[in-house]
Amino acid sequence: MHIFKNPNFDFVRWKWQAIGLSWLIILAGAGYIWKNGLPRGVEFSGGTIVILKFDRAPDLDRIRTALPGGGADAIVQSYGDPASNQAMVRVHSAGAEAGASLSSTADAVVAALNRAGMPISSSMCTAQHPLNCITGREIVGPTVGKELERRGLLATVFALAGILLYIAFRFQFSFAVGAVVATIHDLLITLAFLAFFRYEMSLNVIAALLTITGYSMNDTIVIYDRIRENMRSMRRDNLATIVNAAVNQMLDRTMITGGLTMLSVIALYFFGGEVLKGFAFTMIVGIITGTYSSVFIAAAIVLIWQGRAPAKAAPAAPAATSKAGKRARAS
Amino acid sequence: MYKNLRWKTLTIVAVLAVFFTIGVYPLLAERFHLPNPDWVKANHLKLGLDLKGGVQLQLRVNTDDALRITSTGVSEQLRDSLKTAGINVGAITVPTPQTFRVEGVPPDRDAAFRTAADEVSSTQYDRNPLPNGLYEFRLKPIVERDIRDQAVDQTIQTIDRRVNELGVTEPSISRQSNGEEVLIQLPGVTDVAHAKEIIGKTAQLEFKLVEAGPNASKEDLLKQYNGQLPGDMEVVPGSSERGGGGEPVYYVVRKIAPVTGQDLRAAKPGLDENNQPAVHFELKSQGAPKFGKLSGENIGRYLAIVLDNRVISAPRLDGRITDQGRISGGFTAESANDLALTLRSGALPASLTSLSESVVGPTLGADSIRAGVTASIVGLLLILMFMLIYYKLSGLNAIVALVANLVILIGLMAYLGATMTLPGIAGFVLTMGVGVDSNVLIFERIKEEIAAQRGVRAAINAGFSRVFLTLLDTHVASLIAAAFLFQFGTGPIRGFATTLSVGLFVNLFTSIFVSKTIFELELSKRQMPALSI
Repeated sequence: MHIFKNPNFDFVRWKWQAIGLSWLIILAGAGYIWKNGLPRGVEFSGGTIVILKFDRAPDLDRIRTALPGGGADAIVQSYGDPASNQAMVRVHSAGAEAGASLSSTADAVVAALNRAGMPISSSMCTAQHPLNCITGREIVGPTVGKELERRGLLATVFALAGILLYIAFRFQFSFAVGAVVATIHDLLITLAFLAFFRYEMSLNVIAALLTITGYSMNDTIVIYDRIRENMRSMRRDNLATIVNAAVNQMLDRTMITGGLTMLSVIALYFFGGEVLKGFAFTMIVGIITGTYSSVFIAAAIVLIWQGRAPAKAAPAAPAATSKAGKRARAS
Repeated sequence: MYKNLRWKTLTIVAVLAVFFTIGVYPLLAERFHLPNPDWVKANHLKLGLDLKGGVQLQLRVNTDDALRITSTGVSEQLRDSLKTAGINVGAITVPTPQTFRVEGVPPDRDAAFRTAADEVSSTQYDRNPLPNGLYEFRLKPIVERDIRDQAVDQTIQTIDRRVNELGVTEPSISRQSNGEEVLIQLPGVTDVAHAKEIIGKTAQLEFKLVEAGPNASKEDLLKQYNGQLPGDMEVVPGSSERGGGGEPVYYVVRKIAPVTGQDLRAAKPGLDENNQPAVHFELKSQGAPKFGKLSGENIGRYLAIVLDNRVISAPRLDGRITDQGRISGGFTAESANDLALTLRSGALPASLTSLSESVVGPTLGADSIRAGVTASIVGLLLILMFMLIYYKLSGLNAIVALVANLVILIGLMAYLGATMTLPGIAGFVLTMGVGVDSNVLIFERIKEEIAAQRGVRAAINAGFSRVFLTLLDTHVASLIAAAFLFQFGTGPIRGFATTLSVGLFVNLFTSIFVSKTIFELELSKRQMPALSI
């Protein structure tokens, strides 16, 4: 069984259009983030989250107005499966870090609801007392977020540098550049979509972004590997032909792997519960752009980069052919 | 070749059996109430807080406190030895945690001062002369780092003892990579306030002689000393009624505590002579003579029992006390119990600052695990169905490889004592993705080779050997990324990185070794003119 019967698409021809489209999305995303900001999860921004379970569907507006300050500073939304009657209250402040007062904001939320006639126990839900209680609480002081952001950024930069070195060592430098550009491209596009759909940057979303780094790299390397192999077997052809052949030969595999990973991530999106939703959404976007970039961007960068390199002595044969041949022999 | 094949098959079956026993079986046994012997359970897969429910606290150890305690201690020692040597100096102060200062060293006794000072402090402090007979002693950087480091270590040990006394199963107390932060995970605990109180209590117990007080007014007390307290005394707050009720009062006490919590051997809750809850303690062998000397030489005076710089009570010393005593101070049964617990586990060398805390209720955790497992199973089934339809009989081969991957992964995670978190489940899903990709790569290659008019056996061999390099490259690149995730990530992200790394190694084994062996087995059984792929 095949998805494509002997595919022979000229992917390379579309490289400038593809790069243009990517820039369009990235710039739109950057503009959107610049204008509206990227919503940050409580782990990064600091603040207080209280998840409450009621005995009936919670009236979110009533909760909001009951909060200290009329809820101007708060986000109140229903949480998880609507039938579970849960609501999440997020306040952008936490108590002072010193002593035991970190939880004072959370306690104030519960006290305010009680005053407004919504009896909520201040203790956690248990099997014996499953209703009108707290199912979860998260309080993050202001100093933690900065450290997390720094570490997340460091992890990404080092991971990319490590992979750049590895690919440069295993393939050629132009391949490494292509792979890293494609990966950064995927991260930027995913960030743009996260911003468009107002997903919060949480630790889970960061984990997904880093997974995309790995996935996109994986996809790119598979195609590079084929290009490397073709460079040996197709010495007569120019690099554009070799790249096109490789992408086409791997097309079935690219679609199947992308599709199957997509299936499991979609399952995660629909069945994985509230906590994994951001993770799953990020992965869905990342897999689409990761597949797209390894076909249209990563290989194109190699072509563009090598096209720029000064043609070395190439008697007799047309320039492009000899260049590809030379590279092939060198690798 | 066939003899080889038998060994390969045996290896695979043995590996699968071992990992099934340590990983998957305990999970099934728990779910379906099968016999579950202890040697199997020993290495079961732990559930993280997000799945099991519990409390997570992130704390910073204020190691400045430990430095200040050292500086104060050494400066008091110096005050003592200067007194003995008959050198009269001005004020001795501790302006920053790392330094202490001695003012008004008389010029004619300068040499004697330096000798005395070096004797007490030269191993830990650098002595810097400043003008006008002023000396500054600064902690040596190496010593400072050691003290900070030890303070965090001691804090972790103390918290560990306290948590164990609380009876929390499988707690995790770990030092964060930047050194001064501690992450505490208490599975199954839901009472955050109580947990924080037990963990965060410094529990610095000191016995100090009362010089004056109690008095409701600090100013009145100071007036007795003409507004200027002698250098070896300090004012400590307390309350007029035992146990913290009543009006605030103040005591003037000696700065040096001859006996501290470190001299205690045991502490347990009990009752005092009025049948009120109290804490009974026993002293260590080196503590008993110290307490005997303190109480014997000061009969008739008052002894302040100071906990975390507050006077709990200040009983009169009626006789010599050596090896045991009692602290009463308006406790409730619960607070006496908590104090005994914290005294037993020792004092924290420094105070703690909460950075973040989170509580996951057991119901929320159960919801999450159900959702995570459902999603994984649905995803896996969809993938398996596709493989079977698209690759026909060879799809079966892929299914065996994938299931083997899952079994070994769960077994290895259990064996390594890893903790399963929600992102960890996501790691499982991604591992499945990578596993499928490996199989797809191999199968697609085999198809190509068959299309190039090779025989079945040659096509299979070529498929595996050609794809091996690709798989190596993709797996190494992913491992590099996972390593940095682990290095810089925190809790949940680390869980993800662990699952992914282990999964990548396992996948190389299953998608290449297991899968190829199955093909070889099929080939050895019958002549195959065509492959169902």
